[in-house]
Amino acid sequence: MSKDPKDEGTTMAENKEMAVREKKELVAKEEKTVSGRYFIPYADIYETDDALAVVMEMPGVEKKDLDVGLENDVLRVDGRIDTAKYKDMEPVYAEYNIGHYARSFALSNTIDQEKISANLEDGVLTLILPKAKNAQPRKIAIG
Amino acid sequence: MALFPDPFSALTSFQQALDALRTSDWLEAGPSGGGAYPPMNVFRKGDDFIIITEIPGVKKSDLDLQVKGRTLRLSGQKALAFPENAAVHRRERLSGRFDRAVTLPVAIDPDGVKAEYRDGVLALFLPRAESDKPRTVRIG
Repeated sequence: MSKDPKDEGTTMAENKEMAVREKKELVAKEEKTVSGRYFIPYADIYETDDALAVVMEMPGVEKKDLDVGLENDVLRVDGRIDTAKYKDMEPVYAEYNIGHYARSFALSNTIDQEKISANLEDGVLTLILPKAKNAQPRKIAIG
Repeated sequence: MALFPDPFSALTSFQQALDALRTSDWLEAGPSGGGAYPPMNVFRKGDDFIIITEIPGVKKSDLDLQVKGRTLRLSGQKALAFPENAAVHRRERLSGRFDRAVTLPVAIDPDGVKAEYRDGVLALFLPRAESDKPRTVRIG
């Protein structure tokens, strides 16, 4: 299930050249009622002893246009971009497309819903989902 | 050209417009024209141009922008950090450094260039040079 953190290292190699990737379009189970394409935000997920962290890249999404929900162990994130910012702008050249973002994850851990925290910085959403007390690993003393 | 005549179809038509421009070679002439990070979109607003690029996770302090003549150079780096004792389940985000120079096919006023960075999106406002603006010629 989880990899040895030592294999991953704590700081990632920073000297490599960054590559361009196409945004992946969301193929949702249910169709959206609003028109326009949705994209899947790139995500990192890691786990510590007391929490699960989900980090997602949603450039252009403001705090007020972001919805995060957890229901029946499914975490849903929906972030909308503000198309009004592109008013009166005529595209002349394009290398990427723009759109809203949505992604959901089925969580295997029991999460303490009350204590979920979210932080949005430089287009990156970080969700810290603390594990419920009874889901945290307990050290069993061997008598 | 009014891009958003109807707010309900706005995004769809805008996405189609962007898709249609993917084959344009407007920026291709630069030293690192197409295909380099970060991907850029170019817009025209009146006489001026606006370049927008998405660089989520890059801190403002890690960004460097230079303008010379009609060439723009954007460089920087992006680091990802995980807590010491974390078990990583999924790693999709990329990190590393980037350096991209693009040459615009129009003359801009280098002193008037403005940059704005918000929510992982960098917008560069490039005023067109006075000498480059089209002039209406009166036909006598």
